[in-house]
Amino acid sequence: MKKFIAGLTLAAVSSFAWTINGTGASFPYPVYKQWIHSFYDKTGNRVNYTATGSGTGIKEVVARHVNFGGSDKPLTPRVLKIAKLYMFPTVVGGIVFGYNIPGVHNLKLSEAAIQGIALGTIQYWDNPIIVQYNKNAHLPHKKIIFVHRSDKSGTTFNFSYYLSKMSSIWRKYYGARKLINWPTDAQGRSVAGKGNFGVSAAIKTNNYSIGYVDYADALKNHLQMASVQGRDGRFYAPIPANFSKGAAYAGFDPKKDFYKVIAYPKHGYPIIASTFILLPKEKTASNKEVTAFFNYAYNYGDKAASSLGYVPLPSSVKAQIRKYWEEKGISPAK
Amino acid sequence: MEAIFKKLSALSATTILLILSAIFVVLFIYAKPAVSKYGIHFLVDPRWDVTVALNQNNTANNASNTKATDENVANNQDTVDNDNGINSDDSINTDDDMANSDDDAINSGPIGGDDSDVLAALGDNTQSKNTETIYGGLVPIVGTVLSTILAMFFAVPIAMGISIFLAEIAGPKLSKPVGMAIELLAAIPSIIYGMWGLFYFGPFISRIFGGSSVSLLVAGLVLGVMIIPFMSSLTRDSMNTTPDVLKESAYAMGATKFEVIKDVIFPYAKQGIIGSMILALGRALGETMAVAFVIGGVFTFPKTITDPTVSIPVVLANNFAESSGMSLSALFYLALVLFVLSFIVISFAKFYFLRDKK
Repeated sequence: MKKFIAGLTLAAVSSFAWTINGTGASFPYPVYKQWIHSFYDKTGNRVNYTATGSGTGIKEVVARHVNFGGSDKPLTPRVLKIAKLYMFPTVVGGIVFGYNIPGVHNLKLSEAAIQGIALGTIQYWDNPIIVQYNKNAHLPHKKIIFVHRSDKSGTTFNFSYYLSKMSSIWRKYYGARKLINWPTDAQGRSVAGKGNFGVSAAIKTNNYSIGYVDYADALKNHLQMASVQGRDGRFYAPIPANFSKGAAYAGFDPKKDFYKVIAYPKHGYPIIASTFILLPKEKTASNKEVTAFFNYAYNYGDKAASSLGYVPLPSSVKAQIRKYWEEKGISPAK
Repeated sequence: MEAIFKKLSALSATTILLILSAIFVVLFIYAKPAVSKYGIHFLVDPRWDVTVALNQNNTANNASNTKATDENVANNQDTVDNDNGINSDDSINTDDDMANSDDDAINSGPIGGDDSDVLAALGDNTQSKNTETIYGGLVPIVGTVLSTILAMFFAVPIAMGISIFLAEIAGPKLSKPVGMAIELLAAIPSIIYGMWGLFYFGPFISRIFGGSSVSLLVAGLVLGVMIIPFMSSLTRDSMNTTPDVLKESAYAMGATKFEVIKDVIFPYAKQGIIGSMILALGRALGETMAVAFVIGGVFTFPKTITDPTVSIPVVLANNFAESSGMSLSALFYLALVLFVLSFIVISFAKFYFLRDKK
């Protein structure tokens, strides 16, 4: 009889534990992995997330193959409506300029310098526009090698989005996309790497190169990172404190399903990006499980995120997201 | 029993044809939108994923586009600083509404819309009426051909040297372990070659020849390293099939080792040697992962051998996961081109070199 009761309770417990599957953006994968692990330890519920890229995440959730999709690139409310999706942000990260100039540390890049480097009009490191803010550094007369992603990526999208907001010339000719035909390619000064680690490796192995990488990867690969001029004209070092300063000005709006690319905020480090979760509207039951997981992450996951180089969402945004869930009827079951 | 055996073997042979045609059909079906849109011009168009305005002459527009950018920027260079100064003053006053309208401008502008992919996947075709995205495969096609040629140039002499050494010059005590090592090399997965190329071999080459650490040259050499084991082990095996009687009679006539190799062994093993080269060529043409790491992935023609460029399998590997709609179809078109290209090259090699078989 005792055995029977024990078996019954075991069955009851295991029937309460559930499994949800998600796929998509690789940029937040390290922090999701941590969250999933501690969520499982605490609740016994399994969350499977595979890092396949934002495009796949969108495709898979549109096709209703997974319980949730991850994307670095938010979808516009119009697209969300057509595809019948809900969307909310989870975590913020920074994109940094990694560079490799022997003997030069603490490089500072003004907006004019970044624009010139990206557009290919600044070809040498000792260009006056760069030197202006780096008087003490001995910048050599060497060609700038620009390193970018060779694969389509959300990082490229967020970086080019920043460029579009910062530079009207960039917006006019290139815009924000996941794959850019970089103007430096045509000048033969580009190198491209596959994935963030490909870009990091290319920066490390090519002297006089500069490229954009996720902060977490730059940290792992011990790249030199440049300080960047923000929208308010001040220079910000690429550190999480400055990312979160920028994230505070993100201005997410629940009415637009949090549709917002947060790059180029009013103050703080300008090249920041948030990553999003997409949910299929009609699957209320599994959506509640997904929100339960992310609710847990919002409550207890900030430390894990910070230690991996991400920036947790401000608590005001978290409150907005919880309200958004409630309005849509997908709040986690208590 | 005999009949069943015959049937079974015939069945296995048919599966090859079935698989081949199935691959071709699938590639063709998925590539069809791109084929019908870009046609044969795809093969000679060097632009990939370039958005152009529809109401102008495409090629002229593109060329002038980049020029215009340069000029604009050059003109603006002096004023850029001032502009920024003014802008930052403005931006303090602008509130988030302003920022949001910026967003919309970026996304609905002539160049923005990456959403088009998603929308196309959803069957919504309302996107971008006055612009068009051009896909052309010339750069990757050229990159594939060049990297393969480089690899063959590098690998053929070395592979021949290795196999001659193993088959004729080295004694069994040496040739056994070296032969084993070569077969081991052949078993290394290509991604390991890629990692090795990215972190060690590429920087090494760029120190010697200049240029960047990922380039056409590095890709060609890594490809060459990858196909050497195939070529040399197959060539050695076919050289070993030369009957000793033939070799011994040549030596008896007073021939030197070089003459024996040149006049007896090579002619005898010719078909096997050429066969090994064709196999290696096929592998070099379609190699993906290793090349993806070291070729650079930049959509430009290499002006010098140390410039980065891109090859067909690399484009496929880099962009497949993130593509949908027309960009996916263009990738399938590229795959079809690669399929046909390797088919033509290999059948040409087979018919041309092995025509005097009997």
